[in-house]
Amino acid sequence: MALLQIAEPGMSAEPHKHRLAVGIDLGTTNSLVATVRNGIAVCLADETGRTMLPSVVRYRADGSIEVGHKPMAAQATDARNTIVSVKRFMGRGLKDVAHVEAMPYDFEDTAGMVRLRTVQGVKSPVEVSAEILRTLRKRAEASLGGELVGAVITVPAYFDDAQRQATKDAARLAGLPVLRLLNEPTAAAVAYGLDNAAEGVYAVYDLGGGTFDLSILKLSRGVFEVLSTNGDAALGGDDFDHRLFCWILDKSGVAPLSLEDARRLQMKAREAKELLSVCEEATIHVHLGSGEEVDLVVTRDEFADMTRHLVQKTLGPVRKALRDAGLAADEIKGVVMVGGATRMPHIQHAVAEFFGQEPLTNLDPDKVVALGAAMQANVLAGNRRDEDDWLLLDVIPLSLGLETMGGLTEKVIPRNSTLPIARAQEFTTFKDGQTAMAFHVVQGERELVTDCRSLARFELRGIPPMVAGAARIRVSFQVDADGLLSVAAREMSSGVEASVLVKPSYGLTDDEIAGMLKSGVEHAGDDMMARALREQQVEGERVIEATEQAIAKDAALLSAEERVTIEQSIATLRELCSGKDHRAIKSGIEALARATDGFAARRMDNSIRSALAGHKVDEFEV
Amino acid sequence: MSIDPTQDYFTLFGLPRQYALDESVLEAAWHELQSQVHPDRYAHLPDVDKRRSMQWATRVNEGFRTLKKPLARAQYLLELAGVDTALETNTVMSPEFLMEQMEWREAVEEARAAGEVDELEQLHHRLQTHAREVRSDLALQLDEAHDYTAAADTVRRLMFIDKLQQEIDEALLALEE
Repeated sequence: MALLQIAEPGMSAEPHKHRLAVGIDLGTTNSLVATVRNGIAVCLADETGRTMLPSVVRYRADGSIEVGHKPMAAQATDARNTIVSVKRFMGRGLKDVAHVEAMPYDFEDTAGMVRLRTVQGVKSPVEVSAEILRTLRKRAEASLGGELVGAVITVPAYFDDAQRQATKDAARLAGLPVLRLLNEPTAAAVAYGLDNAAEGVYAVYDLGGGTFDLSILKLSRGVFEVLSTNGDAALGGDDFDHRLFCWILDKSGVAPLSLEDARRLQMKAREAKELLSVCEEATIHVHLGSGEEVDLVVTRDEFADMTRHLVQKTLGPVRKALRDAGLAADEIKGVVMVGGATRMPHIQHAVAEFFGQEPLTNLDPDKVVALGAAMQANVLAGNRRDEDDWLLLDVIPLSLGLETMGGLTEKVIPRNSTLPIARAQEFTTFKDGQTAMAFHVVQGERELVTDCRSLARFELRGIPPMVAGAARIRVSFQVDADGLLSVAAREMSSGVEASVLVKPSYGLTDDEIAGMLKSGVEHAGDDMMARALREQQVEGERVIEATEQAIAKDAALLSAEERVTIEQSIATLRELCSGKDHRAIKSGIEALARATDGFAARRMDNSIRSALAGHKVDEFEV
Repeated sequence: MSIDPTQDYFTLFGLPRQYALDESVLEAAWHELQSQVHPDRYAHLPDVDKRRSMQWATRVNEGFRTLKKPLARAQYLLELAGVDTALETNTVMSPEFLMEQMEWREAVEEARAAGEVDELEQLHHRLQTHAREVRSDLALQLDEAHDYTAAADTVRRLMFIDKLQQEIDEALLALEE
């Protein structure tokens, strides 16, 4: 009889059992969904064959919601209810958003994140983004013929914690299990690097609709190591449109515009910008609702002139990323161009001049991020094959710290630290008998707290009264592989323990999300209970499968007694999974996790030992 | 938790416990360890596995960072040797060294105030050269002489130099913006 084969962690146990997973590029202007089919990453199309979904959501008075191409036209006629570029508002307050004065929305400036008043009520950017994600999820499920195990969703590398958390919440609202938040330039590097078997140090210049990232990666033998990243989370192709829009207003001298006319001109500006990437000049001809007429010609040179400062603005982050990586421009082997905005010739010229080499444009700048995300999703879902043996080591883009006396920032985790990372810092009391301490968690590079992004505030209470400076309060930061932070504080010097765990907030509470989930599901005509049950059943089966694989592989690490306990827990969970009670399944999963805790720990230790043992044999031959 | 806090980073990375280090060996071991413990390898497994993977991957990254940076590595070696690491509170430095530091600092301040980028960059390079010399002293003290008292003193000097280097970098950054 043939020996039983056992998969390595992360590798599919049953090759025929392909888990459906997708990569989603949730873009400012357009979004895409891609998957790996027969070993090749492809973008999935809608029923009319289009892969790009415009990131446009329209809330209609009759209660329906339109997403994508259909509401595009309504931008000019129903601007207030037709949300474009919602990504600019994710995890952002009103004061953080540029050009609000030119936007046709009815903003509500709530604490944390801005919201939009629409004909269907007040909407958070998280809800609007969830509509886009839901549309892509449905497209993928229809195209792949089944429910998704999960998705990798890309975010700009320079997104801070609030923006990342908002993106993850949007996925949750859309019913998409998130396998990982992946930085857009890293996703592009995966797609480019694997396709071209690239080795060496590369820069990824990613100018999207509303965000700019520059990441420097070292590609060596299947390891994609991000050395540094920098960027501007509020700079993108939209700003080039806006500049041209202002130029049109200036040149044509039209009267103050209605919301609809403003939107109409903005759309014309975007069309002209796109045309100028292929033609030497573009005509802008619009009849405004006011009866006025705009008739202008803009040349490529004029456009380059009026947007030169924007191109220059991207070079600052490029310099900083190089410095953080300890590299000079001529040490970069290739520059990968990502994002539709990098089609503009004057951007390509500026990049070529800066790096002293022509940038790499032999890939579709609109699709490369989604394709890379799909490759990673395929591996994370457990479909790893032998040849898929790559590893991504990404970094945190912005330093994390705490406010100290005088409104200054004390950095706890420096930018460009490889994820996941944890760091602790000790603080003490300021006054005799002090029993509580307030903490303010911030993100950013500046010295003054007011110049950084405020992520969370929390208090530690129950510190035993002592003289000033005697208490030792240890604050621990942990950033996970998604780049998301959790913070805990505890008093160390006494026997008394007081600790809190904080997730940064940005205006949405867990209750609010639960409420949105409920109404969203009702809206979709779905049964939330059925969904919860299905989710728990899938999770239960997954846990059983993983545990059985582990036992088959490492039975030697188990005592007979332990093995009986684990097998009983499996039997119980299997029984529960065939029932209808999702809470019972959940507790069954937790019970099995407790039963396997010691076993799992020994397995992890073992795999680390064998990793090192392998090393000593070949003595790190490089 | 399965993470063994008694296992030191040198053992974790399969490296000899000394200051001298081959960076490419450290990096290869880092990649090898991460390819075993990284959360991406456990994304499809139950939460308990994900949590453990994150703890391990975090420890491996912290170990890599500690061993990679010469100053952090030296501090770590002293800590393992049981030498007082309360470096911040034990800063009795020689007057010569403090004088030298003051001169450096004045030069940086002047260049910063006058907005002289070239001068700052020169200071940056001079300081780098100086730091290299100090680090070679450290290597001898730690690996050859095993004189940890002298090494602790050198580590403190390096901390001053490190701080100064940061100030120069920040000044350069501020001038650019």
